[in-house]
Amino acid sequence: MTGERAPLDLGFLSFERGAHLLVARALRGIPIGGRVLVTGGDPALGVHLRAWARQRGHGFTPVPERSATWELVRGPSELQRWQGAERAGGPGVDGIVDRPPARWGLAARGALVEPGGPEPRFDIDRREVVWADLAPRLYAHAAAAQWDPATAVDWAAAPAEPVPADVEAAVVQVMTYLVENEQAALVVPAGLLARVHPHFREVQQLLAVQAADEARHVEVFSRRATLHGGPMGTSSAGGRSSLASLLAEPDFSLASFLLSVLGEGSFLALLGFLEQYAPDPVTARITHLARVDEARHVAFGVAHLEHQSSLDPTLRGALRSAIERRHDALVDTAGLNADVFDALVLLAAGGWTPAAIARGHARVQELQHAMDDGRRQRLARLGFPPDEAAELSALHTRNFM
Amino acid sequence: MTTLMGGVAYDPKVVTIWDGFRRWLRGQALDFDYVLYSHYERQVEDLVAGHVHAAWNSPLAWVRSARLAAARGRRVESAVMRDTDQDLTSVVVVRADSPARDVADLAGATVAVGAVDSPQSTLIPLSFLRGEGVRDLAVRRFDVGVGLHGDHIGGERDAARALVAGEVDAACMIDGNHLLFGQEGTLPAGTTRVLAQTPVYDHCTMAIVDTAPPEEAAEFVRLLGTMSYADPEVRPLLDLEGLKQWVPGRMSGFGPLTRAVDEVGFYDASGGVTAAEYAP
Repeated sequence: MTGERAPLDLGFLSFERGAHLLVARALRGIPIGGRVLVTGGDPALGVHLRAWARQRGHGFTPVPERSATWELVRGPSELQRWQGAERAGGPGVDGIVDRPPARWGLAARGALVEPGGPEPRFDIDRREVVWADLAPRLYAHAAAAQWDPATAVDWAAAPAEPVPADVEAAVVQVMTYLVENEQAALVVPAGLLARVHPHFREVQQLLAVQAADEARHVEVFSRRATLHGGPMGTSSAGGRSSLASLLAEPDFSLASFLLSVLGEGSFLALLGFLEQYAPDPVTARITHLARVDEARHVAFGVAHLEHQSSLDPTLRGALRSAIERRHDALVDTAGLNADVFDALVLLAAGGWTPAAIARGHARVQELQHAMDDGRRQRLARLGFPPDEAAELSALHTRNFM
Repeated sequence: MTTLMGGVAYDPKVVTIWDGFRRWLRGQALDFDYVLYSHYERQVEDLVAGHVHAAWNSPLAWVRSARLAAARGRRVESAVMRDTDQDLTSVVVVRADSPARDVADLAGATVAVGAVDSPQSTLIPLSFLRGEGVRDLAVRRFDVGVGLHGDHIGGERDAARALVAGEVDAACMIDGNHLLFGQEGTLPAGTTRVLAQTPVYDHCTMAIVDTAPPEEAAEFVRLLGTMSYADPEVRPLLDLEGLKQWVPGRMSGFGPLTRAVDEVGFYDASGGVTAAEYAP
């Protein structure tokens, strides 16, 4: 035998206890075709070295003149495996590429990716469609703002005055409606999340937290509805039709627009209204907590679409069509559950006198104006002129979400 | 003409492997297809009868193919092997506290082996022990996957477990499985000892019968040889099949198994199946 051989003494370390790590490390330190002279005291070492080297494509020869000594010749397979490997972009946001290939799949951004393997289909894979520079900051904010329904709400808090039974029933009706809407708001980002290429991990993280937010909202609204043991309220066919039309929108930007900018945007006003007129502290608290979360969802939706409309002048046309399509699909449905509307009036009225009802009705009309104002402002931020923003806001579903 | 190869379905992954190889070979303009057998004996008979042109053979199937072909005036070639098919060894393992210091100490002992038709864990090591002069050996066989010629690991693993459980005095297995059993904990570290290691022998080989269309057969072998571990399309298939590279076949490594086959009369000289208690 000729040539230099790198020595490796394994002591009494066996292959059952990790000797392969040291052998592989020694082989990595020499060129292909280079040799390592292995010695060691484990009685099975020769058997295991032979089998291990064969499986990994390295040469193996006992050294006849020396006991417990074997020569390994480094084979090319490990280098061959990494030939053509590529970095999946870079780990930071400055390492995000315009269109990550499917072959990067679930690899961490910036990882060295072995060629071959599966090409999972993540169809939302264009930076211009999915990315918003605000996403990492919003995610960090969202992660820090998570609250625990068990401790963030004092479920035993009593109202200042006893709540009349029919006002309690109105609260239950509104909660029943909120649960239904939050379930839609959970399913939509969860569905989109599974379609976003993991390269855009901050967007996935944000959508995941958004879904988790909605899961908590579903919990607290359900818990408030059943807090005093009464039956749940009603769910109207029209309300569910309106929500189903949200679930049917496959396009990431349009789904985000209809849900976050218009739907959750309208809900900001609704939740503020409920906090203001809540007859009990639990209702006030949970609508407050939900409103803070929803504001984040709206912020991402607006930021994302603002960014996108700056790149794509045709986007506003697509947004307009989405509103019109949804309006046309819902034109023959009732929209808002009449029970919900009446419950909102009663909550804001606080009693059954004609004067109180008139006051409550006026407050609900103010709420609807506030929702409309909010939608028009957000549409304006996306670049719609005021008259068009007003027209489109008016086409938004009567179901609010 | 379609080049047709036989393979034995010892595991569901065989379909993945040969489907993948088939797609790749057809992509290289070779009209290739494969058929799967449930055991090696029918595959060997079909190879020699010319129903398939090539057979991905166990070493035992190679021995029988050569004999059966010769008896019928035909010839088979050991055309191509995996790099991992050459220079294998088997080991005889005892518990760490066994009084045996040498194979001769196994006289009168009970030794666990794999299936009746396993070259690496039954035929070769038992022949080795006979050659070393060990007498009065009681054999406890673990017949898992009979007809698969030891491709199924179950028999060897059961033999290793019997050794750890104290049911037998020694167990026989291929070197790679001894490594695997140690790493996976079937043989807990430090509880067993390698008493002996057989001389080297070869394992699987691609047998090609002389009635196969020669150009296509040669192209098949050539293309296998060009498969590169650097190619991301074939690398997962090579990993599944357990090789880094196909290497030229040889016949020099089947001596220990041929001797074992003759000692126990597993096959007769013309390739007839004469083994006792063998019903694939």
